[in-house]
Amino acid sequence: MTIHAAPPSPRLPWTGTALAVLATAGMALAGAGLITAGIVLVLWLGTLWLARPERTVEVRVAEEPAMSRQAMIDLIEPFGVPVMMLDGQRIAAANAAARDELGGHIIGQDARVALRHPEAITLLDTREGSVTVRGLTGPRSIWQVRRVAVDDRFSLIELVDRTAEADISRAHTDFVANASHELRTPLASIIGYIETLADPDARIDAATTARFHNTVLREAKRLQHLVEDLMSLSRIEAEKHDLPRDHIDLGQMAASIGGEVAATSGEDRILVEAEDVLVQGDRQQLDQVIRNLVDNSMKYSDPARAVELRVVRIGNEAVLSVTDHGEGIHADHIPHLTRRFYRTDPGRSRAAGGTGLGLAIVKHIVERHRGRLDISSRLGIGTTVTIRLGIVAASPLPGLAAQPDRATA
Amino acid sequence: MVAEHTVKAFDEDMTRLRGLVAEMGGLAELSIAEAMEALVNGDEDLAAGVIARDRRIDLLESEVDRLSVRVLALRAPMADDLREVIAALKIAGVIERIGDYAKNIAKRVGHIEGRKRFEPLTLLPMMNELAGDMVHDVLTAYAARDPVAAAEIVQRDAKVDAFYDSVFRNFVSYMVENPATISSVAQLMFVARNIERIGDHATNIAEMVHFAATGTYLPEREDVPPPA
Repeated sequence: MTIHAAPPSPRLPWTGTALAVLATAGMALAGAGLITAGIVLVLWLGTLWLARPERTVEVRVAEEPAMSRQAMIDLIEPFGVPVMMLDGQRIAAANAAARDELGGHIIGQDARVALRHPEAITLLDTREGSVTVRGLTGPRSIWQVRRVAVDDRFSLIELVDRTAEADISRAHTDFVANASHELRTPLASIIGYIETLADPDARIDAATTARFHNTVLREAKRLQHLVEDLMSLSRIEAEKHDLPRDHIDLGQMAASIGGEVAATSGEDRILVEAEDVLVQGDRQQLDQVIRNLVDNSMKYSDPARAVELRVVRIGNEAVLSVTDHGEGIHADHIPHLTRRFYRTDPGRSRAAGGTGLGLAIVKHIVERHRGRLDISSRLGIGTTVTIRLGIVAASPLPGLAAQPDRATA
Repeated sequence: MVAEHTVKAFDEDMTRLRGLVAEMGGLAELSIAEAMEALVNGDEDLAAGVIARDRRIDLLESEVDRLSVRVLALRAPMADDLREVIAALKIAGVIERIGDYAKNIAKRVGHIEGRKRFEPLTLLPMMNELAGDMVHDVLTAYAARDPVAAAEIVQRDAKVDAFYDSVFRNFVSYMVENPATISSVAQLMFVARNIERIGDHATNIAEMVHFAATGTYLPEREDVPPPA
């Protein structure tokens, strides 16, 4: 739709005027009356004057299509929400946020490759509209996808993340259901013992009183741990959608935690092999992950054998593993270990002061870091928990990361 | 990103082919999730929707078939383009199978009795999520032509298999203890089997993604023995 500018023309039609003057002069010379010639000249010049071309204004509405396309790409790039520009069905451009969420590979591909969800694909058949799509980027993600047509060829697709809003209500119900049950158990026991102690009719000797007091104290402490764990779990859940940005040396962190554990539990209880590797993460949360895993392994393993804490770099991943030589976990339990309050042996877990939340916390932190958590175990031999996190400034290597052995059923 | 071709129409065909495969995958993903939701909630309307969606997947598969054959016949692609077309053709077939498994799960929704507090039913959603995630991630790996992600997904199948074994044993002992529920739990046993197959098919896709991207096959997987 280019409007061509008219060729530059003078304000006054000099050629026409000259022609008119010459023609009327010729008429006069040829014998026409001077008056007739004059009238013809006036009329001729008058029409020329009236019909003279307007001074042209150069108008360029649209330049080359590639130019405006580049301009649009520059325009969408700084947006915080993912925005893609479609050329027909093909993705012509995607801004930084879109490349982050959907991957850099989507540019140049069919829009269906990037969106894939049936709801979102219905949007591609319509000119404009908006749909809510589940599971676009992760299992529980919810996105509002909106399409706006720019012209017949180009359109823009905007994605707005609604995951966090939907999560809050779900997390709330989960929390109440799980927590109330777990909180009730120690409370019931505290109330029972206190009632007995407070009963003036019950004659309790000093030794029993002391024992009851101890029980109450132990249960109250358990309650305290439970509340602390629940708080940290809900804190992690609240921010699980924002990727942590700090750069942390996982190897150094593991080494320092290993040192602390060795100082309190004895040098022979822990073996640390850590190489320096930078990951992007939240310092406090990664610290909690390592502590929880080491703590678990110490609690449930053979006290005569050391727990092994390793950090190595494999390919473009940092691999943290905690290995113990305990009795191992039956394969039937492994898929459920990261569920809240799941215990393979409730009695033993409670006796050891476990809240049933340790691995759930670890799992949530690892998910927030977009890492992976694997648990492998062999009965009678021991258990290894492995966490893989992407390293900072990861340059994708063609080689595949070596996989350590996994749970076999 | 793959280099552009001199013949622009070829580029367009390839983009469309990948788009169709992605669309099929999206439908299958949704079916996997909704079939389980229908099963857990006893929602027969949702199940009917899953069953109806399978038709659409089948239609898309034949469209992929037609387009692949057309590209092969008219453009005689070579090297990575050839692998890409072959992979699309095979992946479409596998996604169609995955759609069938989801449909099969949806068909069993009406056959489960006493859904409230039915313990065996609580085990399946998590297993389904594992398999569903594999399908989601493998389709993303396909979109990104990412062989590393594909290789990782192959490894994950062991988790689904382990889950299947665990669920299998659990169901058997439940049936022994509650003979009245045998017909319902037997249905769930098939559901678990279907989910396990979905995981296997996701690894098949991963192998094809790897082949299309690199031209080499992934090493053979170890066979996991069936549950005793």
